[in-house]
Amino acid sequence: MLRKVSVLAAALVLMAGPALASGGAEHPRNIAYSFDGPFGKFDQAQLQRGYKVYREVCSACHSMSLLAFRNLGDKGGPFYDAKYKNSNDNPYVKAIAAEYQINDIDSETGDPIQRPGTSADRFPAPFPNEAAARASNGGALPPDLSVMAKARHGGPAYIASLLAGYRNPPAGLTVPTGQYYNPYMPGDVSSAWTGSHEHIPPGGFIAMPPPLAPGKVTFDDGKPSTIDQQAKDVSAFLMWAAEPKLEERKRMGFAVMIYLLLFTSLLYASYRRVWRNESH
Amino acid sequence: MSGHSTYQPKTAFTRWLDTRLPIMRLGWDTFIDYPTPRNLNYWYTFGAILSLMLVVQIISGVVLAMHYTANAKEAFASVEHIMRDVNYGWLIRYTHANGASMFFVAVYIHMLRSLYYGSYKAPREVLWILGCVIYLLMMATAFMGYVLPWGQMSFHGAVVITNLLGAFPIVGETITTMLWGGFAVDNPTLNRFYSLHYLLPFMIAGVTVLHVWALHVTGQNNPTGVDPKSKHDTLPFTPYATVKDGFAIAVFLILFSVLIFYLPNALGHADNYVPANPLVTPAHIVPEWYFLPFYAILRAVPDKLMGVLAMFGAIACLFVLPWLDTSKVRSMRYRPMAKVYFVVFVIACIVLGFCGAKLPDDQVIPGLTTFKLMESDLNSWVWLSRIGTLYYFAYFLVILPVLGLVERPLPTPETIATPALSHPAAVPAEAVAAPEMKG
Repeated sequence: MLRKVSVLAAALVLMAGPALASGGAEHPRNIAYSFDGPFGKFDQAQLQRGYKVYREVCSACHSMSLLAFRNLGDKGGPFYDAKYKNSNDNPYVKAIAAEYQINDIDSETGDPIQRPGTSADRFPAPFPNEAAARASNGGALPPDLSVMAKARHGGPAYIASLLAGYRNPPAGLTVPTGQYYNPYMPGDVSSAWTGSHEHIPPGGFIAMPPPLAPGKVTFDDGKPSTIDQQAKDVSAFLMWAAEPKLEERKRMGFAVMIYLLLFTSLLYASYRRVWRNESH
Repeated sequence: MSGHSTYQPKTAFTRWLDTRLPIMRLGWDTFIDYPTPRNLNYWYTFGAILSLMLVVQIISGVVLAMHYTANAKEAFASVEHIMRDVNYGWLIRYTHANGASMFFVAVYIHMLRSLYYGSYKAPREVLWILGCVIYLLMMATAFMGYVLPWGQMSFHGAVVITNLLGAFPIVGETITTMLWGGFAVDNPTLNRFYSLHYLLPFMIAGVTVLHVWALHVTGQNNPTGVDPKSKHDTLPFTPYATVKDGFAIAVFLILFSVLIFYLPNALGHADNYVPANPLVTPAHIVPEWYFLPFYAILRAVPDKLMGVLAMFGAIACLFVLPWLDTSKVRSMRYRPMAKVYFVVFVIACIVLGFCGAKLPDDQVIPGLTTFKLMESDLNSWVWLSRIGTLYYFAYFLVILPVLGLVERPLPTPETIATPALSHPAAVPAEAVAAPEMKG
């Protein structure tokens, strides 16, 4: 009896997954990433392309304050090079850091100064404070992107769908000034909709204008620079930024699984042997 | 059960120690020689699993505390610092976060096992109540722990739950002010939750010692619910129970590892990776899965105070359960009616869990509009949770008390060994085996 109940419970729990992710927005597109699955790994070329999209497009408005330049050269990162175990020595990392100007204090005089970045610095924010960020973006605050890929339902697939998913608003939908219609954006557009109540368009309004355009970023490896490609690459990069230890985690998980399976078999054999003469 | 000790100190040092502090004797009597019923099944391995989980949570938690900063401005970033810069910090944090869920998986199975086999009945009432105290402490600890990363769900979950206590007349406001350390959830709240989150696990450990002590006084219950009568009914804890528990723990660890290494955020909420912002309320505030049934009971009642009382009452029922169940027979194996009501009870708890995760006024069956009753359509999650809540309380307050008086139980075996020894492995081929008695 209990066994049946537990099977039933397990089945119900499995059904709960998709049911919880409901909402007014369109479901993110199905995108295959190299880091999916138990043996998934980041695709370094994709991370480099994604970094370029972030650098040339996103970083104009979005901060990524939890990441330091040295992280780019960490194992599994976009600019990891086995020659430089210490990512602070990585010449790519040093060159990228030096492109940025970092606010600092002159240690001799105490005056505020700007100096070129070093690998130990964190990515500087594009705006000095929240008020400045809002003032430059029509009152909206561009969120920090450090853990964005984990902070939204659907993760990187949601980000890619949103970035490439801007559409002309359907007739009958009044888009507020300074806002854009996106079917993947969670929200409710019913108050701006004059059409039938049965067919309210999916999605919501977003303050970010469509950020990507064909050819906007030139990929150094010759990949065609379509909106879909840019969106997919930058979402993969953001997944790495949010979960830089993903590869290490899955690699260790495999070893742990093998160990536990052997250990469990051994314990089961011991159990059978210990109990062989005892009825129960 | 706590009979004569068979411990024999073997070395000069242990003989010396035994006359001064018989700690080796205690360990021997508790974990080696302790007689366990021979028919314990795998549902009885969750006690050992829970002990392990408590140790896992305390060790991983102590290490996390070395790197965490309990400050509203820095807490979120310090958790991310653990994930990025601390060696194996991601492993420790994911172990601790998913460990809480696995802890509750195990405790719910442990509790349902007690319910089914009647392990709360005389003489184990105190043992059961101590378990309920542990469960209550676990819920408080888990709730406060979830607040510490100071993400959106942490913050707004804390706001919702602490505000509930404000529903109590007269004392409500004082309690919330004391909990908050001010007039809203803010930095002082985070600091006291952190302090209590570190304190409560050690209280759990203390009550666990009492729980195990009480267990060793009364002895373990078993699937037949019949007390052991002779040496044939029991086997020493080591090696018999240790190896069985060990195997069960290993299987449990496999499931635990799947969560840690492959689905570390599956049971969490995406909003908790957004730093707390008091000015932005998430569209849909939900507690962690293990609180969902109680959250559904809370929302099933239209009045705030009555809802809070219902939620606490749902746990209070557990404390008085030994005196609500009137049946003389312990195990539901021999209670054909109780068995059915028990299964419905388990289903009701799961259904309540679903209701807790949904928006109360959303439809259960999409597209079907019936009629409104008490301001909600009958085809809504809130009505389903009302039905579930009704059954939850009826099970404890009506079904169990009445069933004991009207039900005709099946005959229980004379001794544990009777069905156990009639197992095909133990008897010659001509004897009748009873497969449903198999432990």
